[in-house]
Amino acid sequence: MIPSEQIPPSGPAVATEPAANHKSAGHSRRVFLFKLSLLLNGAVGAVLAVPILGYLLGPAVKKTGSDNSWINLGPLSDFPEGETRLVNYRNPVTTQWDGQTGDIPCWVRRVTGSTFQVFAINCAHLGCPVRWFAQSELFLCPCHGGAYYANGERASGPPERGLFEYDHKIDGGSLMISAGRMPTLANEARMESPLTQLDVSGSAARLAGVEQPKPRCSSCQT
Amino acid sequence: MPDLKQRGIAVYDWFEQRLGLGAPVIEAAEHEVPSSTSSWWYVFGSAATVVFVLQIMTGILLALVYAPTASDAWNSLQFLDHNVKLGWFLRAMHGWGSDFMVAIVLIHLAQVFLFGAYKFPRELTWIIGVFLLLLTLGMAFTGQVLRFDQDAYWGLGIGASILSRVPLLGGPLVNLMLGGPIIAGPTLSRFFALHVFVIPGILIAMVGLHVWMVLRLGINEWPMPGRLVKKSTYVREYHELTEKTGIPFVPDAAWKDAIFAAAIMLAVVACALWFGPFGPTGQPDPTIIQTAPKPDFAFLWIYAVLAYLPPSLETPVLFIAPVLGIGAMLLLPLLSGEGEKHWSRRPVAVLMIAVIAVTLGAFTRLGMYTPWSPIMDAWTSDPIPAAYLHSRTPLEREGAIVLQNKQCRNCHSIGGAGGLRGPALDSIASRMTEDQIIRQVLQGGGNMPAYGNALNPSETTALVHFLATLRGNNLSPAIDASRHMVLSSEQKTTPASGH
Repeated sequence: MIPSEQIPPSGPAVATEPAANHKSAGHSRRVFLFKLSLLLNGAVGAVLAVPILGYLLGPAVKKTGSDNSWINLGPLSDFPEGETRLVNYRNPVTTQWDGQTGDIPCWVRRVTGSTFQVFAINCAHLGCPVRWFAQSELFLCPCHGGAYYANGERASGPPERGLFEYDHKIDGGSLMISAGRMPTLANEARMESPLTQLDVSGSAARLAGVEQPKPRCSSCQT
Repeated sequence: MPDLKQRGIAVYDWFEQRLGLGAPVIEAAEHEVPSSTSSWWYVFGSAATVVFVLQIMTGILLALVYAPTASDAWNSLQFLDHNVKLGWFLRAMHGWGSDFMVAIVLIHLAQVFLFGAYKFPRELTWIIGVFLLLLTLGMAFTGQVLRFDQDAYWGLGIGASILSRVPLLGGPLVNLMLGGPIIAGPTLSRFFALHVFVIPGILIAMVGLHVWMVLRLGINEWPMPGRLVKKSTYVREYHELTEKTGIPFVPDAAWKDAIFAAAIMLAVVACALWFGPFGPTGQPDPTIIQTAPKPDFAFLWIYAVLAYLPPSLETPVLFIAPVLGIGAMLLLPLLSGEGEKHWSRRPVAVLMIAVIAVTLGAFTRLGMYTPWSPIMDAWTSDPIPAAYLHSRTPLEREGAIVLQNKQCRNCHSIGGAGGLRGPALDSIASRMTEDQIIRQVLQGGGNMPAYGNALNPSETTALVHFLATLRGNNLSPAIDASRHMVLSSEQKTTPASGH
């Protein structure tokens, strides 16, 4: 009040200033109440955020592996020794409206007797469906040309590791695998074996694994 | 008639008195722009907006029929294509509209970059434009997912696999994207929400801001070499220019926008009529693995880059390159907000546009024919040309059968047919000696798997003998240089010792 009285009454400033002063003076309680209402709405927002974020992030915070369960892939007689076959199973976690997307294929390789390997269909590079070629004993990926050997090891191309493998067991004459979640680099071990492409020792070891390499080469050179 | 006209004016006034929108809209439409901006180079922004409106309209029409569930989406697209009157045409318009929108937004970006339009005071207009580009690409990707076919299904797999490479957060991010443990119902539902509600909402708001700022700050004047932007003087200079050469935007400049927009719409209609809708390709059934998934046109270049990155560099490049690229675009106007606007004085800018355009074009072209991918049925579909079997021994012909049966042709071409992943074999013996071929076949290397386990000794012998006959047009066979030297030195020394 006092400062406004001290200002000489000249120009439009006089007309506005006392009015503004008057408003703000009468205001302090309203200003306080307004701030209080902001605080209240902030609190309501925080309370609302809990269920919203919980709903939104629900799938993200779910534990990896909690979706996996044992699935029966069929009797052992379905899998001839030394062959690799495509087997489809219904994912254990589905919704009514999943349709065909709930059917997941995998590659079952029966090495001998009860020794199995079950590979995911998804290429370890970017998840495209790999195809088995029995004649050249390779899995090939159609997207970027990733190639894997019969035992799932990386053979060539952009993948940085071998094929993803499912845990499996034999129960009552049937092959069971533990599956339920799309395998990616995040939920599988990052690297299983070193890169073989540029690794001289790796390819040398591979050559050593070839049955009787020396007689063959000597026969070739004749 | 005058009575009718007066009635009309009265109705307009009734609304105007209550709405008060007519006057400011007319004022905005008639605002003065420098006459130099009435140019065919300035039509891309408005064309992008018009195509966006087309996308909204066709999108709403498609949503009247589309069933956004994993079990029914593909069937509802078939229903749209074959059972709903003109459903195919609406799908085609929406699909081609999306390609045109991405293309026009990119051209618009290149144009405003070359014209220095991002400099003071239009920095924020550019920054919002960068987000508009990203949102447009987001619409293109999510739209491709809604075309819920094989490409969409495995495209989601690629997206999830890329996200899974994020350090530490990879797993939760994949779960967040898929909405469940696998690509299934919840995945499609959330991409539907993104494509139909979330991204369009943000897009509309940001287009509004973008246009608002163009009106508020004025359209970028035609740049002149040597006319430098200075923060202290630019606004005054721009107003002087507008006062001196100003013309009302509507109608003196806007007719070019209108004609170009109409031409673009006609082009979309023509493409839709001529080429029809995109897909859908096969059903989204993961058990049908006889497929070669490919992304839509706008993402082919990324698909190609992912094929060529070395495994050890892939994850770092995937996450560092976009941050650097987008970061550079966002920071550009803040770091270079003043100075020369004209392209003839900004050689680096011109070079950058040229290099980026050529790079994107080359990778897109590569993505169209994917030379890195094996051709899965080449071994059963492409016979060895008869010319390559002429005057060969039985062993060599046996080798040709081995070559065919062991699927070598999925990656190697002979006689122009076969995969492009490995080198063509037509003249392989002129480049590699027999020893080298044996080593390469058994041990692999370069980008070739080892076939030591897949070939028995007799197969290897036959195969190598056949390959050794492939010398193109009778080129001389490859020789082992070291052995050649030993042999020739022996020949030299033999007569000497004989003396």
